Amino acid sequence: MADIVLDNVVKRYPDGTLGADHVNIEIADGEFIILVGPSGCGKSTTLNMIAGLEDISDGELRIAGERVNEKAPKDRDIAMVFQSYALYPHMTVRENMAFPLKLAKMDKAEIDKKVNDAAQILDLTQHLDRKPANMSGGQRQRVAMGRAIVRSPKAFLMDEPLSNLDAKLRVQMRTMVSKLQQRLETTTVYVTHDQTEAMTLGDRIVVMRGGVVQQIGSPQKLYDRPNNLFVAGFIGSPAMNFLPATLEDGVFRTSLGDLTLSDELRRNLEASDAPRELIVGIRPEHFEDAALVEEHQRPKGSVFTAEVDVLESMGSDKFAYFTVQGEQAMSDDLADLAADAGTADVPGGDAGTLTTRLSAASTATEGRSTEVWVDTSKIQVFDPNSGKNLTTREAAPVTA
Amino acid sequence: MATATATEPRRARSASSSGTADNKKLWWSIANLIVLLYALIPVLWILSLSFKTADTVTDGNFIPRAWTLENYAQVFAIDLFTSALINSIGIAIISTVLAVVIGTMAAYAIARLDFPGKKVLVGISLLIAMFPQISLVSPLFNIERAVGLFDTWPGLILPYITFALPLSIYTLSAFFREIPWELEKAAQMDGATPLQAFRSVIVPLAAPGVFTTAILVFIFCWNDFLFAVSLTSTTRSQTATVAISQFTGASQFAEPTGSIAAAAVLLTIPIIIFVLFFQRRIVAGLTSGAVKG
Ligand SMILES: Nc1ncnc2c1ncn2[C@@H]1O[C@H](COP(=O)(O)OP(=O)(O)OP(=O)(O)O)[C@@H](O)[C@H]1O
Ligand SMILES: [Mg+2]
Repeated sequence: MADIVLDNVVKRYPDGTLGADHVNIEIADGEFIILVGPSGCGKSTTLNMIAGLEDISDGELRIAGERVNEKAPKDRDIAMVFQSYALYPHMTVRENMAFPLKLAKMDKAEIDKKVNDAAQILDLTQHLDRKPANMSGGQRQRVAMGRAIVRSPKAFLMDEPLSNLDAKLRVQMRTMVSKLQQRLETTTVYVTHDQTEAMTLGDRIVVMRGGVVQQIGSPQKLYDRPNNLFVAGFIGSPAMNFLPATLEDGVFRTSLGDLTLSDELRRNLEASDAPRELIVGIRPEHFEDAALVEEHQRPKGSVFTAEVDVLESMGSDKFAYFTVQGEQAMSDDLADLAADAGTADVPGGDAGTLTTRLSAASTATEGRSTEVWVDTSKIQVFDPNSGKNLTTREAAPVTA
Repeated sequence: MATATATEPRRARSASSSGTADNKKLWWSIANLIVLLYALIPVLWILSLSFKTADTVTDGNFIPRAWTLENYAQVFAIDLFTSALINSIGIAIISTVLAVVIGTMAAYAIARLDFPGKKVLVGISLLIAMFPQISLVSPLFNIERAVGLFDTWPGLILPYITFALPLSIYTLSAFFREIPWELEKAAQMDGATPLQAFRSVIVPLAAPGVFTTAILVFIFCWNDFLFAVSLTSTTRSQTATVAISQFTGASQFAEPTGSIAAAAVLLTIPIIIFVLFFQRRIVAGLTSGAVKG
């Protein structure tokens, strides 16, 4: 077990691509840290540099306080779980799991004991003498985990380990990974594409984009206080709604109507010399059916009326989708997000769709106009040019 | 009642489907049998000839009327043949080893590395394989006489390697492309040195391809007649195929059919041994199961 520090780490590929650009991450001993970001943002590159499978062009990587830039993967004492599992097809499950121990020249009895223990934990005992070719995806995945945990390494690295599993199995395995990590208390760096995995597994999340770290923080922190438009749009499902807004006469003029600002927000915006044209971000759960908002709450927000396009009742609550008239929020960050999501438009689905989450008791009906209340105290405000979050006065540092 | 009617047709359908499966098997068996007969009858015919006595050799009977081992005894009585057999074995094995070793390195580079001129290299090696060998015989003859390689082992091994290399590069690079190379990284993460990773993970996976190639190359060298007959002249390096062609009968006018047949049978034995020995190592689909599936 050990802490891992990436100190201004740069990866420049021979063709000039910057795989990682001055990445600074401090991973505490025993911490479970998640790397997320759109495809090609440098997650695997970062992970492979920690592993030693990829050279570090610049900067320093320290494991347990010791510089390891020049160390071969085998000398770093780190285990890795690959997306493709990378099991040795000519070895049985037992041999696969024993392989790292054999290389470490452990004696036979001890190897047997460790392999059996790991197999017990992963429920693989009855499969120990099978070859990987004859196993299901979930079983192979567990073997890959087993091979990583048998030798109690300083850290685990996992590159989208669950992405080849079907949805149901992925949920089971996610729980297993979480329990395993809590039990072993081994420092873990985990790469994923999956929102739920990112939010539920990690102690902290690192959001990356184009090789650059955007923000590091606990899942809740990233959700509540995103540094910029990119993080705001990336974290959360369904995604945050973004609207262009003009700050005028102390209110935001938006296509939803005028939204009031809290005094604190107004002060912050004035102090930070914010431009008049802004982008406001509102999470779906900060909307409510106006009829259900208690009287004393109402002044905290604004009310608008719109026609419900689509209504999805989830039982516990209802998702109501509205079409927003007028122009859409534009920014580089949002364009990037849309490209990753596969939609050419703003995240949150189709062009100009506003996603809201209302209480189950709401009487909103498809095709009918409904009064919707917005909790304006929860609004996030962004600079459309830099993408920076202007909601709080201090420009939040990248690291929390 | 309703369930009974529902199950009836289903049972009927499953019966008919297993019927078609049986039919399919039958047709496959017949097709296999035809192919087998087509390939094996000439071999069996030669086997039968090799056991016939000199007077019954032309009687056209499939099963010899009079069995004899005379032909085999005769073959070994010829000094030429024993030494030729040794030459054949030595030359074929050395050529195979060299062609496979060089081919492995070349195929590894082609499968794993990106280097300028890769396509050209593959193209040229293909070109060599297509080159008509007969057109090289007289130049090679002259060159080898000039440099003193004529009628020596290296004199045959060199052209064999030249023509076996494209074959081995081709088959090997096809095999190598199938190896999940991420395993090499996995082994390094598991604490292996690059050499250990290669030895305990990559070699076992590459072995079937290497053995398959070795068999093909060995058969190519073993069966060659053209180079062997043109580039050798004495027992120093004459190979078995050439020796057979120089068999003479008991008298000048007698056809040595029986002994040629016996020698041909003897010549196939090393190949059969070679294939059987290596086939056990060629387990098809060995690489499956390394990745997701
Ligand atoms: N060997 C290489 N040579 C040049 N560029 C590379 C190489 N490997 C990766 N890259 C580039 O570096 C960037 C980061 O790649 P990386 O594989 O780290 O992305 P990723 O975040 O893991 O993406 P994904 O989610 O799709 O796996 C990409 O733009 C990629 O094209
Ligand atoms: Mg990746």
